[in-house]
This record gives sequence, structure tokens and C-alpha cells, in this order.
Amino acid sequence: MFKILKYSFYDVLRSRWTVLYFLFFLVSTFALLYFSGNMSKGIVSLMNVSLTIIPLISTIFGVMHYYNSREFVELLLSQPIKRSDIFIGQYLGLSFSLSLSFVAGTIIPFIAYGIFVSSEVWNFSLLIFTGAILSFIFVGLAFLISILNENKIKGFGIAILMWLCMAVVYDGLILMVFISFNDYPLEKAAVLMVNLNPIDLSRIMILLKLDISALMGYTAAVFNQYFGTTNGMIMSLLSLLGWIVFPVLLFNFFAKRKDF
Amino acid sequence: MVEIKEIEKSFGRLNVLKGVSVSIPSGKVVAVLGPNGSGKTTLIKCILGLVIPDSGNIIIGNDNVKNSWSYRKNIGYLPQIARFPENLTVNELFRMIQDLRKGYANIAEAERCKEELVSVFNIQSFLNKHLRSLSGGTRQKVNVILSLMFDPDLFIFDEPTVGLDPISCVRFKENILKQKEKGKTIVLTTHILSEVDEMADEIIFLLEGKIYYKGSPDELKLQQQEATLERAIARLLEKNDNKINNQLPGKNN
Repeated sequence: MFKILKYSFYDVLRSRWTVLYFLFFLVSTFALLYFSGNMSKGIVSLMNVSLTIIPLISTIFGVMHYYNSREFVELLLSQPIKRSDIFIGQYLGLSFSLSLSFVAGTIIPFIAYGIFVSSEVWNFSLLIFTGAILSFIFVGLAFLISILNENKIKGFGIAILMWLCMAVVYDGLILMVFISFNDYPLEKAAVLMVNLNPIDLSRIMILLKLDISALMGYTAAVFNQYFGTTNGMIMSLLSLLGWIVFPVLLFNFFAKRKDF
Repeated sequence: MVEIKEIEKSFGRLNVLKGVSVSIPSGKVVAVLGPNGSGKTTLIKCILGLVIPDSGNIIIGNDNVKNSWSYRKNIGYLPQIARFPENLTVNELFRMIQDLRKGYANIAEAERCKEELVSVFNIQSFLNKHLRSLSGGTRQKVNVILSLMFDPDLFIFDEPTVGLDPISCVRFKENILKQKEKGKTIVLTTHILSEVDEMADEIIFLLEGKIYYKGSPDELKLQQQEATLERAIARLLEKNDNKINNQLPGKNN
């Protein structure tokens, strides 16, 4: 599996798109830090950028990489290699290289602005960590969608639709639910609904860590009770891990049964 | 060598293999014949574990193909259509597959074998070219070298000579006969019956997902009382057509 991981890791790193992805984060992080002038604000702005961009790019890369590497996979399948090693190796190779581009692209500007001597270093680490986890989640979801769709265009469409639902539509739905069921106690439902969307979950984890949750009103108090505690933090981390593990397990399940 | 037991496979509503049982003996050249869409490639892909059969078992040596993968170290496979990672050069591809097979094959020996085959098929000048820029025939040669270089016990060739020029074709056949002398087992599919006549010890004739005939080419010729294999097979198919036609209503009166 490590050989496959190595080959697809280098294959992805060599492509222009990862370099572009890295440069995007490098430039935008420098710009955000320059304009906000303040490390804490810079982190919030970067969070808003990365919570949209990482899922989008990971989804697109995941789908593209899956369809483009079909030849490679077919070649490997006739070699003495375990089937799940081929697929999991490719998944890890792509996820690692995307996470690396993101982490390197954001960490360099922050180091230049002296993150290690500031009090924000833990908040920044959390942002980096969730960003990397989101890459793994969305590459996994993209792979799962691609293996279920032989047709490239259809797979691509469904993957983009999934991103749109999670990044945009879901928030709208939550808002609608909150407004229409205003009279009922919704705190527990809100916590549950947040857990069902990895992007929202990451956002709230970071915001609560940043201590600006007071801006979010009454619901935030409930969130703080849940997510703010150590238990809540562990629960939300587990939930994020679940978002990695279940799609990848499902993907592996279908990969084992697929005909080539 | 290979024991195939009651293999069934359907793709959606299309029933491709309907209970195929056959055993392929060691050290023989076995040709799998049949019209387009008769299930030849599917059968071969089942042996390799690329296609997973709905039911039935395939035993290679002591390994059941189901849930096993290490048996592929003894197989050299030549797919019908050469599919490679397009952004690699030919040399990089060879090196990568050697690296992946490390621990299963003698790499120094494979390298020597590759060098020899590169000069046999005359592709020295393409070694540093990207695979995407190669012509169909050259890709097929790369494909052939990949399947031969690790000196496996079992060769599986899916229409090997398609796209090869006559010289390479001859050299490929010479190589196969050499492998046969070494006691290797060879399974090949082809539509070129002269190849079968030249090389095959045994024919498996697939028709509509079932084995329609199994035996040596000479037996088939004798049985159908024809001088050439081509005519014998044509005769075999005609009989099948007549049988179907006779079963149609209204044909009997």
C-alpha cells in the first residue's frame, strides 16, 4: 500500500494543479494577514476562505483523479497487489498531497508574521488541523461518488452538487428550520444538525475556540455548552473522523466488488 | 494449473458466462476461441480477479482466486487494450512495475529479460518517450514486454497480435513457443486461426457463455472432416445455427 501511496502522492505533487492550489493559499493568506493586520482576524478570515475552498477543490480533485487514474488502476489490478491497497493507497496519496499544499501554503505566511511567538498558535493549529481533515473527508466523498458512477460527467455533477449542498444549501435549510420552528426548543436539534455537516462542524469548532462565540447569540451558548467542553470537543472530533472513515469504508466496499 | 468451476457472470441483464467449467493443464498452450461477445475476455478477467464472478470458483495452483491476490505474482497478463498512466515514460513504467513486483520476482533477472525483449521488439528509441505519444503498435509492444519480463508460470494473452507488425508478430510467436518449451502454461484468445493452428495444444470454444467445444485442433478437424481449422470451426457454427433454426416454429413443415 505504501508503494501505491508513494506513486500517487508524487504523481499528484508533480501536477500543476497542486502547485496552483499551494500558491493560492500562500497568496491569499499573505493578503489576509496584510489587510487584517491582526493575527486573530487573519485566522477568522482564512477560516472562511478555507471552509469553502478546501471542500470544493478536494471534491473536484478527487473526482478528476479517480477518473484519470483508471488506466493506472487497471494496470495495477493485474499485478500481485491487494485490491484495497490499490484504492486506499490512491486515496491516501491524493489526500496527503492536498493537505500538504494547504498546510504549507498557510503556514509559511503565518510563520513570517510570527505565529509561534503569539498567543494564537493553538487556534491556528486547530484551523490547520481541521483544514487537513476536511481534505481527507471530501476526497473520500468524491472517490465514493466516482466509483458509483461510471459516467464521468454524471459523477462530476453529483460531486459538485454534494459540495453545493454542504457548503451553501445546508446552512439555508438550518436557517429555515430555525425560523419555522422558532417556538420550540431547538438546541439539541441544532447540535445534531451541525454534526451532520462536516463543514459546519469545523466552522463551529474553530469559532468556539476563537472565543468570538458571544457574537452568535443564544444558540452559541448552547453550542458552547456542548462543543466548548472537553467532551464536546472529543465528540466533534470523533464525528469528523466518522466523516472520513465511513465514506472510505463504503468506497472500499464497492471497490472490492467492482468489475474492470 | 488453472481449475475453473461453474463460473457464472452477468452484467446487469446480460448473461455473459453461464456456468463455465474447464481445467487448463500445466505446460500447454490453450486457445480460447469464440465469436465477439461470447465471453472470452470476461472469462480471462475472472481468472485475473479483475471481474468478480457471481458464482463458481477458480483455483490456480493452491490458491482460490476469490479473496486472494498473491497468486498474480505467477501470472503475466497482456490485456486487449493497452492502458497505461499516460504521463510516464516507457522506462519509468518498466521501473515502476519492477518496483511493485519487488519481493515477488527476481528483479535483476527481469531487467535482463526486459533489455533482451527491448532489442527483440526494436523499441530502444522509444524508451524515454511519454506513453501518450506512442503509436498503437508500439504500446502493444510495451504491453508484451511487461507481460513477459517477470518470467511467470502462467501467461494470459488477450488478442496478443492485434496491432503488431508482421515481424514483431513472428518474434512474439517464437517467444511463446520458447516459453512453452520451458514448460509454461499459456492461455490466449485470438480470432486469427492460423495462430491457433501453429501454437495451440487445445481449443476451448465459447459460444454464448458456454463451452461449446473443447479438445485439440486436430481432433476438431477430424471430427468435422475438414482440412483446415477455419473450415472446421465454420462447420461447427453452421451446425449450431441449423439446430437453432430447426427449433423455430414453422420451419418444420
